[in-house]
Amino acid sequence: MAPEAPAPDTMLRFEAVSKTYPAYRGKPSVLALQDIDFAIPRGSITGVIGRSGAGKSSLVRLINGLEKPAAGRVVVDGRDISALAGRELRLAQRSIGMIFQHFNLLSSRSAAGNIALPLEIAGWSKSDIAARVSELLDLVDIADKRHRYPSELSGGQKQRIGIARALATRPSVLLSDEATSALDPQTTRSILDLLADINRELGVTIVLITHEMSVARQLAKEVIVLDAGHIVESGNVADIFTHPRHSITQTFLAEVLGDTVPVSLSSRLQQQAKPCDHAVIRVLIRGTDGGDRLVARLARELAIDVALLSARIDEIGGQHIGSLTLGVPGDDAGLTRVLSYLSHHRFSVERLGYVA
Amino acid sequence: MSRDLINLIVEATAESLFMVAVAASLGTLFGLPIGIFLATSRKGELFAAPAANSILGVIVNATRSTPFIILVVAIIPFTRLVAGTSIGSGAAIVPLTIAATPFIARLVEGAIREVDSGLIETASSFGASPLQVVFKVLIPEALPGLVLALTLAVVSLLGYSAMVGAVGGGGLGDLGIRYGYQRFMPDMMLAVVIVLIALVQSVQTLGDYLARRVNRRLRHR
Repeated sequence: MAPEAPAPDTMLRFEAVSKTYPAYRGKPSVLALQDIDFAIPRGSITGVIGRSGAGKSSLVRLINGLEKPAAGRVVVDGRDISALAGRELRLAQRSIGMIFQHFNLLSSRSAAGNIALPLEIAGWSKSDIAARVSELLDLVDIADKRHRYPSELSGGQKQRIGIARALATRPSVLLSDEATSALDPQTTRSILDLLADINRELGVTIVLITHEMSVARQLAKEVIVLDAGHIVESGNVADIFTHPRHSITQTFLAEVLGDTVPVSLSSRLQQQAKPCDHAVIRVLIRGTDGGDRLVARLARELAIDVALLSARIDEIGGQHIGSLTLGVPGDDAGLTRVLSYLSHHRFSVERLGYVA
Repeated sequence: MSRDLINLIVEATAESLFMVAVAASLGTLFGLPIGIFLATSRKGELFAAPAANSILGVIVNATRSTPFIILVVAIIPFTRLVAGTSIGSGAAIVPLTIAATPFIARLVEGAIREVDSGLIETASSFGASPLQVVFKVLIPEALPGLVLALTLAVVSLLGYSAMVGAVGGGGLGDLGIRYGYQRFMPDMMLAVVIVLIALVQSVQTLGDYLARRVNRRLRHR
């Protein structure tokens, strides 16, 4: 057993976990995860973000016991799942539900049949299964599709069945492995809303594995950023968004925040100034620095009418986060005043060039 | 064609169907588990046993690469041991089964391997035992492929069953050789060929129909 009992409010804990895949058929051994330490509180929603190859899949397979760590322990609901095998492991796996990017529904079973699968595996009686399946079909709001086969359903409907199936055995943890990556934005939204409801109503701890920061932002309170097998950053979503420390995190944020210059603008950018050009600068808005009122402040305090070329500002955890791309008219003197004003107020600024 | 000859054809057809039906059933009985094992026992798979997988693979290949007519003759002692004789349709079932088993095993292996490995992993992550994975995931998901595999096996067995006729195995092949060839009755030969074509055609049509019926990947409206 554990040397010290885990804190009662911890649902999932990695303790110094490393995972290597041994050399096989001429391929060198791969270090998939190294020294992973984290704890996920009961009832929380936590995002695990990383690019493909960052170690997300290994992390998932360690949590659901499909693989064993090379070192360290994976503790799920107080049980060291990495130490279990055979029947004990299979019993423990029933307390971990999982949903998948490609749904992984059996094409040979109807919606109801797919939801019944984990219950059949767990050895429930026919009548108990029937009652539970009806309950679950209602929970994911898809009761009218109970006799449909996966080939007759849309992606969103398939994922609802996947969620119902994952929740069938009343697991304490729900692992979502890129569950919305194959869905359109609107369907993604509805699936994420459903997951939020489930978390709220059933108290299921949700671990959201994704390569999309926008997905994590919509749902998760805490985020763990993985890169090349390491946790490079973790913490509260708002903190990570306002103060990203690692370059990987920053690129993830850039995708969400539109920190990229629109093509229509970047194609017109020039590096040399001509008379009457606007100097183009990009200002990052992070936190409570009043960046949302920046254009008005520049006009009022410096009497310079900057042009707003492109902008994206979101409110995350009460903080403004985003970027403004501004055109500063006139000579270099105006630009210098703007830049010194911005640096005085601790805005992060990037000079992009000039446009006519 | 006289009534006697027609009776001969009917009798021979019944004999052939009997041989094929029994050999196909026994071949499935042995071939299905072997095929499932071949499809799931490589390194890292459900019943990982790479050594057993390789050995079984070699045995299956050896049996399959032996020409059927040579197999029939080579195992005559074994056939006598099992059937008590080496002549007649009953005895012919022994070599037919021995030829059908590895053939069916390979076809089953192919059909099972078509099942998305993600589904195996899904069931395993729900705590399914390997046998539960086989019966709840692999066989149901591979069913259309398995039906087509069995259809192909039955069609091949019809051909083989005609071949055992050449060595006294009875059935349509026997009829074709003794009457059509040795007594030089071209109409008898033609009748045998037509019956075989009709049988193959019906088996294939039935198999295709059943495979479509069990295929839930197609939309049913």
